[in-house]
Amino acid sequence: MPMGWFRRSKTHRQMALIGPAVLFLAVLMLIPIVLMGYVSFLERGEFGGVRWSDHTVDAYVAFLFERDFDGSLQLNTDYLQIFLRSFWLSIGTTVLTLLVGFPTAFYMALQPPRYRNLLIFLVTIPFWTNLLVRNYAWILLLRNGGLIDSALAWLGLTDAPISVLYTPFAVAIGLSYSYLPFMVLPIYASLEKLDFRLVEAAFDLGADRRRALARVIIPLAAPGIAAGCILVFIPSLGAYVTPELLGGGKSLMIGSLIQNQFGAARNWPFGAALAFALLGIVLLAIVIYLLRFRRSPGEMT
Amino acid sequence: MGGGNPLWRFVGVRPTALFFFVYLYLPIIVLLVLSFNENRTATIWTTFSTQWYAVVLDNDNIMRAARNSVIVATSATIIATILATLAALGMARARFRGQDAISATIAMPLVVPEIVTAVATLLFFVLIGLKLGLLTVFLAHTVFCIPFAYLPIRARLEGMDPALPEAAADLYANEWQAFRRVILPLLWPGVASGAMLAFIISLDDFVITYFVAGAGATTLPVYIFGMIRIGITPEVNAISALMLLVSILFVSLSYLVGRLRR
Repeated sequence: MPMGWFRRSKTHRQMALIGPAVLFLAVLMLIPIVLMGYVSFLERGEFGGVRWSDHTVDAYVAFLFERDFDGSLQLNTDYLQIFLRSFWLSIGTTVLTLLVGFPTAFYMALQPPRYRNLLIFLVTIPFWTNLLVRNYAWILLLRNGGLIDSALAWLGLTDAPISVLYTPFAVAIGLSYSYLPFMVLPIYASLEKLDFRLVEAAFDLGADRRRALARVIIPLAAPGIAAGCILVFIPSLGAYVTPELLGGGKSLMIGSLIQNQFGAARNWPFGAALAFALLGIVLLAIVIYLLRFRRSPGEMT
Repeated sequence: MGGGNPLWRFVGVRPTALFFFVYLYLPIIVLLVLSFNENRTATIWTTFSTQWYAVVLDNDNIMRAARNSVIVATSATIIATILATLAALGMARARFRGQDAISATIAMPLVVPEIVTAVATLLFFVLIGLKLGLLTVFLAHTVFCIPFAYLPIRARLEGMDPALPEAAADLYANEWQAFRRVILPLLWPGVASGAMLAFIISLDDFVITYFVAGAGATTLPVYIFGMIRIGITPEVNAISALMLLVSILFVSLSYLVGRLRR
């Protein structure tokens, strides 16, 4: 307990210190989220906004059905498709970042300590730079006549423009790029603690590389891998900037759909319901992670 | 790490790591280089020129947006850092019931997807009838700046030798004196580091600002988004490069300050 000097004072002193921050977050974060849940059960207003007195589950029905002119409900999978696309793009992004991130974290963990800190710093810098700007840079790289296109044409590898920008593939590249540090850092944190003598021992006992990796390294790095996957999956699922800038009309994701309800579509209850559903998926992912991996290091097998 | 370095046994690790760092920095470097391109067509290199920086700095709309960004980031940083420092001091004492819940509340802005926070915050401001503008942007920014300021401060407190304040008490310092003379001097690098992180996070935020800014409170990222929507121009390259450099400057400073005498 580092703050021994405080030991004699009373608990209410402690509460007075913590109170303002918690109160601030409760008023401007917790209450708004509860309110958002409430709004999702309201009737939409004629010109945007909501009718505070009329309650309905229309917003949730609208996710799967659309009302015909005669009032009957027709199945409409447009929104479901957008959710599924976001889901698969986020899974794809998570896999891509894992494939690149794991070896990178492994490499970093095996560097001399002084060099490691520099590498961590290099991994974190892009995270702190503007997301919008980083994604814009990918437009410069990916567009026809851009750097990658010109380079490929110059090398004679392609004879037509690559036309990658404004496709789901471009979105996956952008998302992977945006959230790669979130994959590398937790895996690095668990690999750094790994005693590499265990790996040596596995080799001495006749394990080949694949077995040493599957039986020793990956199980020991599992909490970091899981944390990395969660940290990449969550922001990918709710991404707005990347699909807006790098995706075309055919790679619409949840984020843009939500924004649209507060812009052109003027359907606030539906927007609130979509955001609420997104939050639900995210919380579910976190709960699964906590149940599976939140144990003290000693308990881990 | 004992024994021989097992890296050599895993083919492909080194090239992947190299690929990773190239992937991470290539877009940033390309953007910085192109921002000095004289050509009107944003991606075709002709000669070195700083003219687009001059064009950007001469643009009234950009400067107005930049001023809004700095006003919001400064005020949100100050309030968030104060709240975070107090909370970190409170949390650093003996464990108590509900501490996990409080940690979770403080971390909430990091966990909830930005777009959800944006929607919820917008609805809240509309409900309480607060007109969208710089004030709403400031309030929304303070919320997500709190955890970014809190974490380095908390880490600094965790790493502090508990014997130091006790020694101060033994030397007849009262609690305030012990805080002023012992804790605070040791804590300030954490506070400064947290404040700088909060500042760049606020300066760079787009999604939440986009929702709660309203018409009059355009910040620089919101303005840049509008510019990108219209087209790829050398002006966008220049202003983007400037934002990158400011972020890199602040994060480097934060890193250096955070590492001061531990």
